[in-house]
Amino acid sequence: MRRAHFKFSWIVPLLLAPQLLVIFTFFYWPSAQALYWAFTLEQPWGGGNTWVGLQNFRKVLSDPYYWGSVRVSVIYALATTVLAMGMALTLALFVDRQLAGYRAWRVGIIWPYAVAAPAVGLAFNFVFNPGAGIFSVINTLSPGWWDLSKYPWQAVTAIVIAGAWKQVAYSFIFFLAALQSIPRSLTEAAAMDGARPLRRMIDLQLPLLTPTFFFLLVINITDSFTDSFGIVDTLTGGGPFRATDLMVYKIYSDGFRGFDYSGAAAQSIILMCLVMALTFIQFRYVERRVHYT
Amino acid sequence: MAEIAIRNVTKTYGKTTIMQGVNLTIHNGEFVVILGPSGCGKSTLLRLIAGLEEITAGEIAIAGQVVNDLEPRERGCAMVFQNYALYPHMTVAENVGYALKVAGVPKAERMARVAETAKSVGLADFLDRKPGQLSGGQRQRVAMARAIIREPKVFLFDEPLSNLDAKLRVQMRHEIRRIHNQIKATSVFVTHDQHEGMTLADRLVVMNKGTIEQVGTPAEIYDRPASLYVAGFIGSPAMNFLPGQYSAARRAVVLEGGAVIGLPGDPGASDGQFVQLGIRPEHVALRAPGHGMIDARLEIVEDLGASRLWNLRIEDIPFSLITEARAHPPVGATTGLVLDLRHAHLFDGATGKRMETTLGALRAVPAQ
Repeated sequence: MRRAHFKFSWIVPLLLAPQLLVIFTFFYWPSAQALYWAFTLEQPWGGGNTWVGLQNFRKVLSDPYYWGSVRVSVIYALATTVLAMGMALTLALFVDRQLAGYRAWRVGIIWPYAVAAPAVGLAFNFVFNPGAGIFSVINTLSPGWWDLSKYPWQAVTAIVIAGAWKQVAYSFIFFLAALQSIPRSLTEAAAMDGARPLRRMIDLQLPLLTPTFFFLLVINITDSFTDSFGIVDTLTGGGPFRATDLMVYKIYSDGFRGFDYSGAAAQSIILMCLVMALTFIQFRYVERRVHYT
Repeated sequence: MAEIAIRNVTKTYGKTTIMQGVNLTIHNGEFVVILGPSGCGKSTLLRLIAGLEEITAGEIAIAGQVVNDLEPRERGCAMVFQNYALYPHMTVAENVGYALKVAGVPKAERMARVAETAKSVGLADFLDRKPGQLSGGQRQRVAMARAIIREPKVFLFDEPLSNLDAKLRVQMRHEIRRIHNQIKATSVFVTHDQHEGMTLADRLVVMNKGTIEQVGTPAEIYDRPASLYVAGFIGSPAMNFLPGQYSAARRAVVLEGGAVIGLPGDPGASDGQFVQLGIRPEHVALRAPGHGMIDARLEIVEDLGASRLWNLRIEDIPFSLITEARAHPPVGATTGLVLDLRHAHLFDGATGKRMETTLGALRAVPAQ
């Protein structure tokens, strides 16, 4: 294959500069700052940081609250990913079969993706409100049974549902695109071979979706670790009893409410490493089972 | 094995009519080729038989059973698709055996039949490969094997050879015919390639704009095209057409330039009727200028190896002939032509239909 060669020109850095500036300002610089904070401690009355080595990490990792946060983050990530991808796949399969009204559904299903996370949290606040929301019906049957400010498992369920609801749209778009890129003649060949729709789905569509499935798995898991702040903040505020204190939320509350910058920075580094490790594991072990065609 | 009866079938998409009142009977064990340009409805007809499209009006019966409301899997047809439609994530063996797997055939029997079928199409060494690792010709064979293994009543082919290179296409053509002669299932083969049509078919069906123009053996269609359309479509290089008026007094066609071509028989045309005289390039001979029936101007000569194709103009009408003569005059020279009128065809200028009355006398009809 021939490669195109371009002469160096000042146009190139000029065109790249805005994007590089944005990435530098909002990613590399804060990351570097976090790294710096994570290994230092600020003096009580300001005036410079002192190097403390791994002390911040030791403190974070010996904190039982932190391990509680890790536990609920993992539960949240797995539950939202499974729920969101399952829903998205189901919806995409139905839309792909072009059942009545599929055009309207397609638009409707994509919409939630355009809603910002805090708005989702607020909306679900109304849904889950024990006094006035849709779920309050339960309380008319069994008074006091539903209250996510009281019962940890209900709070976790609520953020999982809200988080999944938001992520369904993204996965749906990709699943639908992948389904529609399966040549029609393949489906027809399977129909001629005697396979009914359900059989075609299991033997043909799902195996051909595995690359998309893998991609969405990585994206969804990463997203649910890093992009859950808005929902937690508006829906539960991390409570009750720290039951929904996800890692990303704890970074915020420790850093900006508890003014423990160094502890929060150490947690950021741990979260970043965790997401990187998870992504690595997925590429190393899950991708092997993917059929690329 | 089964007869396919297509009765008055119409297909519309919304307000667009794709196919209008098509009638056709395909006999048991016959190899029928449906030939036509793209967009003529030939693939639609095939898909209607397969059950991949719904029939708007009329009915299709396979082996005496009306199949309008049957699902594809209930019709007993197997189809070979243009792009092969192999399952990319399955091996060759899994592709070929998929229909049997769906039908619940036990694994041991399935594997035995897959091996046997693969052997019959020369795929025995490729059973563990994925379609992506095969060449075009091999994929074609997998598609064939996948159809054969089901022992279908009817074989449907949707332009299966059009993605292959010329040499492979001829080879696969022979292969398909060989397999047909072996298993003798009723076969319907759709193509736009007239060579495929002529060589494969027991009977040819020529379609145009959603209707059937002519049905017949390849020889019948070549020798007695039913319309201007068929005459122009079948044969390569294409038939020449000379427009003119019929003169009953002289029993001749008076061409637009004034030349008069006398006819050896009575075509049954009325005096002054507008007609088209058709003659194939191989039925025209060269003479010195002024010594033939008509003069033409040479435009270009194409060397075909065994023969040469002369592209000429008579007045402004393009005209071609095939000759074995090697020498040729310079471009722009005038030459005389003799038309072998025993092989001429006459078509009604208004309807394009063949004029048959006693036209047989015009040409040598092969002994029946």
